[in-house]
Amino acid sequence: MDIGKDLLLEMYRAMVRIRLFEGKVRDLATANEIPGFVHVSIGEEASAAGVCAALRKTDRITSTHRGHGHLIAKGGRLAEMMAEIYGKRTGYCKGKGGSMHIVDFNLGILGANGIVGAGLPIATGSALAAVIAKRDDVTVCFFGDGASNEGTFHESLNLAAIWKLPVVYVCENNGFGEFTPMQTVTSVKDIAVRAQAYGIPGYVVDGNDVLEVYRYASEAVARARAGEGPTLLECKTYRWEGHVVGEQAFLGSGAYRTEQEINEWKARCPLVRFQKFAAESGKIDAAELKRIEEETAAELDAAVKFARESPLPAPSEVAEDVYV
Amino acid sequence: MAMTTYVQAINEALREEMERDPLTFVMGEDVVLSAFGATKGLVDRFGPERVRNTPIAEAGFVGAAVGAAMAGTRPICEVEFASFFYCAFDQVCNQAAKLRYMSGGQAKLPITFRCVYGAMGGAAAQHSETVYAQFLSVPGLKIVVPSSPSDVKGLLKSAIRDDNPVIVFEHGALGRQREEIPPGEHLVPLGKAAIKRPGDNITVIAIGAMVPKALRVAEKLAGENISVEVLDPRTLVPLDEEAILRSVEKTNRAIVVDEGHLRGGAASDIAAMIAEKGFDFLDGPVKRVTSLDVPIPFSPPLEKATIADEGRIEAAIREALGA
Repeated sequence: MDIGKDLLLEMYRAMVRIRLFEGKVRDLATANEIPGFVHVSIGEEASAAGVCAALRKTDRITSTHRGHGHLIAKGGRLAEMMAEIYGKRTGYCKGKGGSMHIVDFNLGILGANGIVGAGLPIATGSALAAVIAKRDDVTVCFFGDGASNEGTFHESLNLAAIWKLPVVYVCENNGFGEFTPMQTVTSVKDIAVRAQAYGIPGYVVDGNDVLEVYRYASEAVARARAGEGPTLLECKTYRWEGHVVGEQAFLGSGAYRTEQEINEWKARCPLVRFQKFAAESGKIDAAELKRIEEETAAELDAAVKFARESPLPAPSEVAEDVYV
Repeated sequence: MAMTTYVQAINEALREEMERDPLTFVMGEDVVLSAFGATKGLVDRFGPERVRNTPIAEAGFVGAAVGAAMAGTRPICEVEFASFFYCAFDQVCNQAAKLRYMSGGQAKLPITFRCVYGAMGGAAAQHSETVYAQFLSVPGLKIVVPSSPSDVKGLLKSAIRDDNPVIVFEHGALGRQREEIPPGEHLVPLGKAAIKRPGDNITVIAIGAMVPKALRVAEKLAGENISVEVLDPRTLVPLDEEAILRSVEKTNRAIVVDEGHLRGGAASDIAAMIAEKGFDFLDGPVKRVTSLDVPIPFSPPLEKATIADEGRIEAAIREALGA
């Protein structure tokens, strides 16, 4: 599959936006400038970028507690995301959701979700809605290795399989469910094989290679759109940062993984890998990548400024939006 | 006018609303065949795409109803027995109830959940429970408990048109109850109580299947010149506090009758509301007649001893009136 230059640059931009945004969020959380729990996906950018590059604007996604990357890749605006994380009324959810719950319906982002495995049936239902409403949109469900042990994973895959729903399940296997190594609590080495139990295709994908992710995602999305049913993709990747920002305060460092392991994965950085591809393929000039990085840095500065200067919600807004 | 059963009324409501809006569809356990008859024949009219049997996987299909609602359709999701909701608590309480609020009002969740609740004779604790109290303290849900064929039709139609998640609790023992239903479009708004029998001496606020029981007691006591007003809130969320307080202001006495449990239950909630907002109207304490705080037992004499019945309603009225 030949991937055009515009799309390549779009995927790189998505990865840079995720990397810089989450680095900033991590620093702000560490400095106690933002409230609540923050989970970042640094190191896992390629799966969000590669999958969302295969989607239309009218396609939908569900995400997780570690969801900033998915939202950014689907087109989420950094300013409103940052404002939400600051708990400001200008945020995507008027300050009622926070880092784990950002939603943008206009972009088909049905939401990050604080409950592990909750997005699976929601995405499945979103795909069912496309069938009922006779639309050709596709839903992608991002979830982690931890969620693949939830009952909702199994119930959803079965439901999507029997109804041949237009949904793509994207498991980002980053090696850990919170602080527990995945292989110690999971019956299989590759989560992709669980697809066999439901009679649907399942593939292991190099989750740090945005081009490979894009190719698999494109095929799965095309299959879903053609009415051929769901696919399970397992993107093998790694979480460079902790489960939650600030975990060293209660766990110390090296509590559940070694520095060596982290460094081995950092050497497989999805952004550096793309830069190498760009240089070797001769398709993209280094200056073009540099420009994307500079533009994103400026976008991020503006987002933080917007968030800082935005008003907090008024206490009188507390009872709004419980019911329609 | 023809007499319609409670179950037929549900069927009519579903049929009419599915005719009206092509984005409505029915999903749930055995909805094609329909064990209780509520969804019987819908598949012949609307086809298998809009009438979907689900696997027995409540978390999965209830969660799918949430997603389908978020993505622009109007699911009518049947959970066969109310206590099966326990298998899907996250999907109802963490997802359906909260996602509108948590998204700052972006999400709209027009889902109607239907379920059979209550004791119907020897079904034991896991198929007989009155579980709406568990949902009362989850903001974001609406709770509907229809007590008659006419109400179940009108309330269910309103629930389907509502843009919020609504749970309709249909009592299993009311299925064959018959009533004339007004012809044509029959809607009962959510949040409006009904005076099922006017009276002057005492207000009995009865919920769901307790309404016909309270009405029989009221009829019996009328022979002794005891005038009982029977008020059916019809929806617990939103609760028509105004109608309840207006009635208590007139009668000065109140009893709340519910098939649910006493502790943390709907009767306790309504009684507290009356005590707090209607204290000056009262000539005596607000009484609660509920089922006992035990799991609903299997054996018929034990079940009978557990569930609020006409004898206990009558005794409570006599005690309140010193009659």
